[in-house]
Amino acid sequence: MDLAFSEEQEMLKKMARDFLTDKFPKTAVKEIEESDLGYSPEVWKEMAELGWMGLVFPEEYGGAEMTFLDLAMLLEEMGRTCLPGPYFSTVVLGGLLILDAGSEEQKQEYLPKIASGEAIFTLALTEPIARYDAAAIEMKAAADNDAYILNGTKLFVPDANVADYMLVVARTDEKSRGEDGITIFIVDAKSPGVSCTVLKTIANDKLCEVVFDQVRVPTENILGQLNQGWSEVKKIIERAAVGKCCEMVGCIQQALDMTVDYAKERKQYDRPIGSFQVIQHYCADMITDVEGTRLSAYQTAWLVSEGLPCTQEVAIAKAWAGEACQRVMALAHQIHGAIGVTIDHDLQYYTRRAKAAEVTFGDASFYREVVAQEMGL
Amino acid sequence: MDFELSEEQHKFRQEVRDFLEEELKQGRWQPSCDAWIMGFDPAFTKRVAQRGWIGLTWPKECGGRGWSFIDRLILTEEMLRYGAPAACHWFADRQIGGAIVHYGTEEQKKELLPMILKGEAYVGLGMSEPDAGSDLASLKTRAVEDGDYYVIDGQKTWTSGGSYINWIYMVARTDPDAPKHRGISEFFFETSLPGINVVPIVDITGGVHFNEVFFDGVRISKKCLIGEKNRGFYQILHQLDYERSGMERLMANYPLFEALIQYAKETKRSGKPLSEEPVTRSQLAQLKIELEIGRLHMYRVAVVMDEGRAPNWESSMSKAYGTAFEQHLASTAMEIAGLYGQLSPESKWVPMLGMAYHSYLSSKGYSLQAGTSEILKNILALRKLELPTG
Repeated sequence: MDLAFSEEQEMLKKMARDFLTDKFPKTAVKEIEESDLGYSPEVWKEMAELGWMGLVFPEEYGGAEMTFLDLAMLLEEMGRTCLPGPYFSTVVLGGLLILDAGSEEQKQEYLPKIASGEAIFTLALTEPIARYDAAAIEMKAAADNDAYILNGTKLFVPDANVADYMLVVARTDEKSRGEDGITIFIVDAKSPGVSCTVLKTIANDKLCEVVFDQVRVPTENILGQLNQGWSEVKKIIERAAVGKCCEMVGCIQQALDMTVDYAKERKQYDRPIGSFQVIQHYCADMITDVEGTRLSAYQTAWLVSEGLPCTQEVAIAKAWAGEACQRVMALAHQIHGAIGVTIDHDLQYYTRRAKAAEVTFGDASFYREVVAQEMGL
Repeated sequence: MDFELSEEQHKFRQEVRDFLEEELKQGRWQPSCDAWIMGFDPAFTKRVAQRGWIGLTWPKECGGRGWSFIDRLILTEEMLRYGAPAACHWFADRQIGGAIVHYGTEEQKKELLPMILKGEAYVGLGMSEPDAGSDLASLKTRAVEDGDYYVIDGQKTWTSGGSYINWIYMVARTDPDAPKHRGISEFFFETSLPGINVVPIVDITGGVHFNEVFFDGVRISKKCLIGEKNRGFYQILHQLDYERSGMERLMANYPLFEALIQYAKETKRSGKPLSEEPVTRSQLAQLKIELEIGRLHMYRVAVVMDEGRAPNWESSMSKAYGTAFEQHLASTAMEIAGLYGQLSPESKWVPMLGMAYHSYLSSKGYSLQAGTSEILKNILALRKLELPTG
């Protein structure tokens, strides 16, 4: 058992941190959050040139053949600097799903486009019922000769406003209700009948309502097997949950670092507030939560990297991370005092993102039920 | 980065499980909570010693196996999982042997380690005193030099080892004029010496494993001094990292956790098993989540020790976390037991062999012994986060 990163991983981490800190000071994050696009096309191109989009793709698709663990580290750094934009959507939700489920033609068609930064992807999964289980998929895809006609509404679709392609999860067998009868479609975002509305969210992260009105998708755009899509969807939910955990590690580590720095500097009663025991114990509680999140996030990232089953570990990590984030941010705010509750202070970037990450790809209640099932209860 | 254990380690875990399963099959003991500190069974300790499982991490030249701290963690994790009565040798194995290996002379190693390895040393820790708990350095027990001897006068409290204790590892003041941290020394000697009086303390559960130990003119050979005179405080800090580091701070009540799950599956209050009630499912899953996070903390501490570093802040974190989990486990168990939770272990109708009742009371002490959670959080704040002192 070895918890150290390799030299190459340390280099990737440092390089990512330097790049992201340089490109995304909070002024830039604010500007991008308030923009219509929600990302910087210039920096997107630079990230592609660094090889980040195709980080885990095989070389033949333009990738760097690195591991999910390496990607996890990158996601942590992105969480630390509040990277705005469709990296997670494109690489984790789009790229990994195509890599896993795509035919050779589809992989050759789409993966190089992702790796080069040419194409932005997202996953249209959740519907107004707002659950992550198979029965929550109600959107219909009806067969029509050499195509399928999609009708329905997807909600909370990240970055659909800028996506070139959406991987849409729909029910192709209208008689089924459970895990059978679900299919994933690669949908050109500009297809007639697709309309996208950006929702206003706490994290300013361009989650969208996407309405599909008689959207025609060729049969060859089925990703994976007809009616057999749920097992792939389940896997991507797990991967996405782990990815979110890694972002959350970066988020709460940064919140902790900011808080400790503040406690050392801020003086009241002629002494740093960090010299008061209550503040010290709050910080001790925070670092305990950060470390637990870090250990479980990286354990699951390692399991995914090794291709080992990890349903229980993912559930544990994500359930833990979501609630740990809330405790950390609550204490961060308490220690920062009034200044931390202003929009001009940087803390609020982390507070808002932590809340969004908590509920995305399964919250603690959802995963506690998964754990209960894994325990055989 | 690699979260996997080696094949040998998996095999070792299985070997320990097979041994413990066989012990249970033979009806040698019953699984119980807190067995590492209250489960005194000299015959079991002998059997463990015979397998070479005491002193696993000590160097081979000292009689150990030279194995890793992860290996020892696997061994102790299984002992705790099965609630095995390892109290006779736990302290000697966990920290005293290590202290002698680290600070002892060659002569001391030759003389003292074999009896520990044989499972014959039932060691109590003589650290706390009535007026010296968290502030250990303020201890008053004196060790006065007299020729080839020290004469010990004073009193220790919360000395583990129950009625079995035959050796004591204690700290006493050797230089009353030095600043308090710098006038303390460590000693290791038999409790059968004249002038030593061991008086049991009955704890809140009714159990006896802590003692008061009175020293009245006890003459010990100077050979009983471990390490450097007047450096005892710093030696003990090192030992405390090991004392705090273990899985017993997380899994001492694992038999209760398993019993609780079983209880939930078997008990109906409104037509269906409690394990099918959403609230109970959520409670049990949350315990599982917190346990697994805790295990990661514990394994990380062992990794640090195997890297040759003292797990100073890491074990402070893991112990504070682990004991909070144990208290949560106990309170959840009592909540699920409802009215039945108030029945004591000997009562008719008591659920889960009274383990919830026992753990609820016993766990009040976990966040106090071997470093209160407040002290541990101070360490995290001051040493790890480098927050300023007042």
